[in-house]
Amino acid sequence: MMMKKLFLLTLVMLLPVFAQASAGPAIQLDSMQADATDKASLQRGMQTYVNYCLGCHTAKYQRYIRAAEDLDIPEDLMTEHLIFGDQKIGEQMTSAMDPKLAAKWFGATPPDLTNEVNLRGADWVYTYLRTFYVDESRPYGVNNVVYPAVGMPNVLAELQGVQSKTCGDVAIVDLHGAAVMDAQTGAPMTEQSCEIFSIAEGTGSMTPAEFDATIYDLTNFMAYMAKPYKSDSQRIGLWAVLFCIMMTILFYFLKKEYWRDVH
Amino acid sequence: MGVGNPNRAKAKSGIVRWIDDRFPLTQMWQDHMSKYYASRTLNFWYVFGVLALLVLVNQILTGIWLTMSYEPSAEGAFASVEYIMRDVEMGWIIRYMHSSGASAFFIVVYLHMFRGLMYGSYQKPRELIWLFGMAIYLALMAEGFFGYLLPWGQMSYWGAQVILSLAGAIPVVGEDLVQWIRGDYLISGITLNRFFSLHVIALPMVIIGLVVLHILALHDVGSNNPDGIEIDQNKDENGVPVDGVAFWPYHVIKDLVAVGVFLTVFCLVIFFFPEGGGYFIEKPNYEPANSLKTPEHIAPVWYFTPYYSMLRAITFPLFGLDAKFLGVITMGGAIAILFVMPWLDRSPVKSMRYKGWMSRLWLGIFVVSFVILGYLGTLATTEGRTIVAQLCTALYFLYFILMPFYTRMEVTKPVPARVV
Repeated sequence: MMMKKLFLLTLVMLLPVFAQASAGPAIQLDSMQADATDKASLQRGMQTYVNYCLGCHTAKYQRYIRAAEDLDIPEDLMTEHLIFGDQKIGEQMTSAMDPKLAAKWFGATPPDLTNEVNLRGADWVYTYLRTFYVDESRPYGVNNVVYPAVGMPNVLAELQGVQSKTCGDVAIVDLHGAAVMDAQTGAPMTEQSCEIFSIAEGTGSMTPAEFDATIYDLTNFMAYMAKPYKSDSQRIGLWAVLFCIMMTILFYFLKKEYWRDVH
Repeated sequence: MGVGNPNRAKAKSGIVRWIDDRFPLTQMWQDHMSKYYASRTLNFWYVFGVLALLVLVNQILTGIWLTMSYEPSAEGAFASVEYIMRDVEMGWIIRYMHSSGASAFFIVVYLHMFRGLMYGSYQKPRELIWLFGMAIYLALMAEGFFGYLLPWGQMSYWGAQVILSLAGAIPVVGEDLVQWIRGDYLISGITLNRFFSLHVIALPMVIIGLVVLHILALHDVGSNNPDGIEIDQNKDENGVPVDGVAFWPYHVIKDLVAVGVFLTVFCLVIFFFPEGGGYFIEKPNYEPANSLKTPEHIAPVWYFTPYYSMLRAITFPLFGLDAKFLGVITMGGAIAILFVMPWLDRSPVKSMRYKGWMSRLWLGIFVVSFVILGYLGTLATTEGRTIVAQLCTALYFLYFILMPFYTRMEVTKPVPARVV
């Protein structure tokens, strides 16, 4: 009894400490739910990765053949369409670019991205890739919302189009996304914002929805690459936990049986 | 006629008898298992010793397999961990068992120590058990510290940098000492190699040796119980404690239930939350160590953070000593003071059940301060947080310093003759 009280007391005394803990990051990231079972999405994501990212960013801990197996890509198709240069399918996804030259061109060697989702999270990658905007003060003419002063050009601009950030009036929405009306006039309320993104017409080959879907697939692939064992882990984990629970139940009744005569 | 020592328990015949004549097998089995009696009233809090042993075995076995594929060099360490995670068959399970096991080790050890504080398990005649246990705790912290450098990620590197620099705060010899430990002018492959050696050979040997001493001392004087009553003062005609139950099979099977629960939770962690929300494996550790790039926020692993908070809480120089050195002394003192626990507690009773309200209140304050310090240690400092940390550090030490007084002053409850 006494110990329970002590334990509860401890918990109550700790509450203010934990309550204070939930201070979020300054920039709101768009959320994306990676899905390791969506093989079609992962395949499209890998295609985008090798076409648009791999030129500069290695994925040097990921082997082509492992991706072929995990993503259900036939080896001949993989070799034909996704492996460039003279790389073999058993090799890791390295880049042809000389890291020293790259450092000279971009100010730093483009980082390896195998672990990028582990390092920054899928939401960050998903938001980052969609929030480049025109900024003439930067060497490559673009800046990024979640990674200010980034040293990378927007390589996906041909898909997304040229995005710019302007100031203007935007509708105020409540927590559920519904427009907030002025109580007196009944008109929708607006506020000044400098986070309005617009894409110059005719500059990109994709609609915003198509582009978001492409980035979802790419991020999904990068999430796979960060933890290629994740779907195995969830499959085995379920059985392991079930086994442990069964074992515990068995031990519990064994204990009851053994302790029946102890008083 | 048998050979060997005639005074010890022996099997009647067969292969065991042959062994018994040459090695005290049956005697040892009886001393430590079938005729080792512990109170029938041991509760939930008594499972963490066995669990700590289980985690130790887990760490050693998974460690052996990890060592087969790990490469202790500045050039190869990070890549070899990735190799284990991606290319070695089932390597990710083994690695997660080891990395989560380290955190699990500290969780069960902290709960085990709390049990000791609560029921007075350090009191006469168990002072040596406590001292061996504290030595294990110390060795475990060193083991965790050396092991954390091995993945050679950013947090490995900078965490080690911060902790090692503490030795540099020691006046006069500090800087030379740090260089001697590192073996280089900065943390390098040389440091990594010696940490690897200490992590896989030296400290495991020390820990295993200390665990043997801890258990031998325990089995000599017997386990304490939630009432703090010596069960061998009430024996039946066969010399068996009336309230005692044999370790084998009773306590072993009881502990198996705890093992089952523990493994269920452990599996949930290693298969579904192996990074422990960034506390078991910190995010910056997915980037290889880079001596030219300091991470924004360096936090040691969670099991060191209470002491790290104390270090940071000392922000003022005193007696001509600078703040950092005082912080190091505070940190060391916080661990050292735990060693003298058995001599600080002057209470006539062992268990919290029969101690007065002051002992209970101070134990509560101690636990809360320790947890708050641990939490603050994971965050960057602010003025407010530093004040809270200073307050908690003071309370942490007051729990010990005032103990000789409040344990003697307070009114205790009468202890029954038998366990309840």
